Amino acid sequence: MMKYLIPINEDFLRKLAATRDGFGQGLLKLAQKNKEVVGLSGDLVESVRMDAFAKAFPDRYIEMGVAEQNMAGVGAGLALSGKIPFIASYAVFSPGRNWDQIRVSICYSQANVKIVGAHAGISVGPDGATHQALEDVAMMRVLPNLIVVVPADSVEAEKATIAIGEHKGPAYIRLGREKTPVVTKTETPFKLGKALEIISGKDVTVIACGTLVAKAIEAAKKLDGKISVGVINLHTIKPIDIDAIIGAVKQTGAIVTAEEHQIAGGMGSAVAEVLAEHYPVPMVRVGIKDRFGESGNPDVLMSHYGLSADGIIHAIETVLKRKNAR
Amino acid sequence: MNTKQLELKAEEIRSSIIEMLVEAGSGHSAGPMGMADVFTALYFDVLNIDPDRPNMPDRDRLVLSCGHICPVLYATLAHRGYFPKKELLTLRKFGTRLQGHPHNLDLPGLETSSGPLGQGLSQACGMAMTAKMDDAKWRTYAILSDGEHDEGQTWEAVMFAGKNKLHNLTAIVDRNNIQIDGFTENVMPLEPFADKYRANNWYVLEVNGNDIDEVLGALRHARAVFEKPTVIIAHTVPGKGVDFMENDYHWHGKTPDNREAEIALRELRTLRGKIKSEHE
Repeated sequence: MMKYLIPINEDFLRKLAATRDGFGQGLLKLAQKNKEVVGLSGDLVESVRMDAFAKAFPDRYIEMGVAEQNMAGVGAGLALSGKIPFIASYAVFSPGRNWDQIRVSICYSQANVKIVGAHAGISVGPDGATHQALEDVAMMRVLPNLIVVVPADSVEAEKATIAIGEHKGPAYIRLGREKTPVVTKTETPFKLGKALEIISGKDVTVIACGTLVAKAIEAAKKLDGKISVGVINLHTIKPIDIDAIIGAVKQTGAIVTAEEHQIAGGMGSAVAEVLAEHYPVPMVRVGIKDRFGESGNPDVLMSHYGLSADGIIHAIETVLKRKNAR
Repeated sequence: MNTKQLELKAEEIRSSIIEMLVEAGSGHSAGPMGMADVFTALYFDVLNIDPDRPNMPDRDRLVLSCGHICPVLYATLAHRGYFPKKELLTLRKFGTRLQGHPHNLDLPGLETSSGPLGQGLSQACGMAMTAKMDDAKWRTYAILSDGEHDEGQTWEAVMFAGKNKLHNLTAIVDRNNIQIDGFTENVMPLEPFADKYRANNWYVLEVNGNDIDEVLGALRHARAVFEKPTVIIAHTVPGKGVDFMENDYHWHGKTPDNREAEIALRELRTLRGKIKSEHE
């Protein structure tokens, strides 16, 4: 029988909150502790949940207007003169349209800027493909000096926000719009760069990030008694926790990755790179398969594109066939 | 330093630029030569800086946005005492601190990294915001090329500075009218240039960027403007000081060979002689 290796909220399907809300709370706490924390948003202060911070610290909030390139540059200038800026917009716009500014003004200069990509993934829903960031992790994880974090739920988002704020150096944090299951609890461990093994498995390991962590646990529960499924929450995609990945795969010999992102270049690709170099095993990636999204209800879209417990179960069955055929 | 001493310093810096470029074998010539007077005025008169304490918290900040003219920045920093002048000859070579485009972490005195155009004014705005939030007295200066006003980000930053009334920010635009593909007004017209800044709530000064007294006057004038950011449109002669380089856009992105460098250095020596004799 499966059991949890760490304290989690076992009734997670009934407790919902958005990662952007966790970010908003984390930012406020961080700002109360450190007066150098400043917030910038591109005409989206409420959407990106910077409103509580802006209200509490009006002198430390900077309204940028719809100008993401300038926002990245102003953020760099603030950081290079001692501030700790959080620059926030929708992920399709930042880092979607200011990648060069993030590369040169922020990462190359090691400017201590925190890039907040909100409304990421297909679960943005009705706004359609233009507003569904499915490439941001790929764009960000190739940049030297940058940390890339995809929190699994609102509680983890709050911890991750505080952690990247305390880390000296540039960081990207990816947030979702919708209320999603809250898997972790206040006492659940969180450390940047350290993957969180939630369930230990014997047959297959599912490595998930963001909203797919809850779905991976759901899948493991559904298969419990038939297939022993391990689940890892890989919240930090860069620097990637090689030891945790290799450790798990040595036990199970098969990997499924699951993320709300293109399968090319995202977390699954990062895991594939680790496995290919260190410990190749059969692997299946769950994610968006080289196509754009579309309008629709978030849950409908997630199911349609296979970003669901059933989608993960299907991937597990596929990978186990390959493993057993060896 | 008095005007003549500053003019002499500018010519020394020009000679260093030629020596660096001929040794490097690649890089940009016209822009750095044209801006030697502005850099001299800033680093030898206006800026509150200390080469021995390059990270002094209350120093004035200078952001070079058009990173490709870095030979003039490097040469000025070396002449000002930030690092040995002989290191200038390592420009663009493997292992150098003088990267082909500036990298803030490599060399003391560099505030930012630049190269891809249009990013500097935004960073200067960020620094000016820090000083404003902290109620600090230090000022931020941004050096921009005219060509990089083709980039939309420059205008995003222009709007931002106007909105926030960043009077502690002075932008200096190298209005030399050339860019890689030709004259700015043919490639992508910028005029009416000053009006565009005025429309975005900037205070505009126009000077002969190769006249040190005019440049100094404008930089001092900008400090007395309290309601707006100031832009100094510095009309410069690209390739200034070397006859065959002046006003020829082909010199934007190439370097002199040994023979051309010899001629250029001879001309600059003659120029220094002229300044000295006028001085005496």
